Amino acid sequence: MRAYLPEYELKTPANLAEALRLFSDEPGVWRPFAGGTDLMVLLEAGKLTHTRFVSLWGLPELTGIESHDDQIIIGALTTYSQMQAHAALRAEFPLLCEAASWTGAVAIQNRGTLGGNIANASPAADSLPALLVYDAELELISANGSRVVPYNGFHTGYKTSVLRPDEVIKTIRLPRTTAGWRQHSRKVGTRKAQAISKVCLATIAHSENGVVQAIRLAFGSVAPTPLRATATEAVLKGQPINAVTIAAGRAALLNELKPIDDVRSTAEYRAQVAANLLVEFLEMLA
Amino acid sequence: MRLAGGVLPKVCMCGTHILSLHPQRKEEQRVKISLSINGTQHEADIEPRFLLVHLIRDVIGLTGTHIGCETSICGACTVLLDGKPVKSCAVLAVQANGGQVTTIEGLAKDGQLHPMQEAFWECHGLQCGYCTPGMIMAACGLLKETPNPSEEEIRHGLEGNICRCTGYQHIVDAVKYAADKMVA
Repeated sequence: MRAYLPEYELKTPANLAEALRLFSDEPGVWRPFAGGTDLMVLLEAGKLTHTRFVSLWGLPELTGIESHDDQIIIGALTTYSQMQAHAALRAEFPLLCEAASWTGAVAIQNRGTLGGNIANASPAADSLPALLVYDAELELISANGSRVVPYNGFHTGYKTSVLRPDEVIKTIRLPRTTAGWRQHSRKVGTRKAQAISKVCLATIAHSENGVVQAIRLAFGSVAPTPLRATATEAVLKGQPINAVTIAAGRAALLNELKPIDDVRSTAEYRAQVAANLLVEFLEMLA
Repeated sequence: MRLAGGVLPKVCMCGTHILSLHPQRKEEQRVKISLSINGTQHEADIEPRFLLVHLIRDVIGLTGTHIGCETSICGACTVLLDGKPVKSCAVLAVQANGGQVTTIEGLAKDGQLHPMQEAFWECHGLQCGYCTPGMIMAACGLLKETPNPSEEEIRHGLEGNICRCTGYQHIVDAVKYAADKMVA
């Protein structure tokens, strides 16, 4: 039994205001702890260097999914299981629900939260490419007020973001503007379950008479952050789906990705598979 | 029980439950929690780093919940928290405060095996048995959500529980057997 976990402190505030006060009184000293599915693995491996945490789990201000005419607002503590169980999310934002079903396994999906996944900022996180293609916005809150930022651009580099030390993610907002678009996602990993992706793709597109009217492409595990492949999107937009366009899209994508070699895969494999996933989608769209 | 260095662990009033494996820590760093385990309310005064699985095994003394990988991969430590399967090695006991936990010991009633336990027995859904408590708890969680699962749904529901003996086929058979019995 590895009973002697590193010493650390965990505060359990009764409400969000109390939690935000801790973050604002001593910025950077206290860090948020949600379902803990990422942090616990590091903690038990002795690799979690930070030692002072504030448990947000169960705070009602951060839970629940609200449907509005123009958007769906997801509380940051919404679990992967809760997303999959939500009828409107499943119908309109299936890529997010599919990614939720790939994340860990059921027992992890009952604890892991969407806000935690964003804040943890792993470039290999499965749900984040879906947020990129849906043009999600994040509501960030601190003791001094709240602000809404686009999710695209939230991550500024490997595991860094625009989130200030006194802020937490309150909600994730998905605009209901992509009804009728073709939606597709793929995960490539060692196993279907519990494997961290070698590459994953989320994409939505709208085509008419074989011409790409609009396309949004996002990949996980191919760059220091989840990547929206805007240069490749620009190459494909307005083009008829044929061999020339597919080759141009493939070339643009290989130029845009910045994968690395690591324990899970190689940069070369990731680039080739990502390009194959794009080609597969374009052929489906044709 | 004596810990390394001859330190006596802090025990509860009845003298049988270990409340803290780290009695030298200051009182103010401990947290009082209260939770139900298999229908019995328990209170404990624990450090924030204490894991739910340690509370279940070392404080309450229910050792049917196993510890395998401690990295939330293997699923041996799966219990139900508020009716849903969680990996108790990856949940802080403090975060389970106020919750209702069901472990493998909470399934049999009045000397009668739970249908899922009976199914694992009948279908030979185990060999060494190490993964079995977690496998059964994950399967019980699956049937709460999906009472009549397809083979694919059973495999998806159990994909976070690793068995190195059976090859899974008899486990899948057992869950189907239990589902048929419980629906009937």
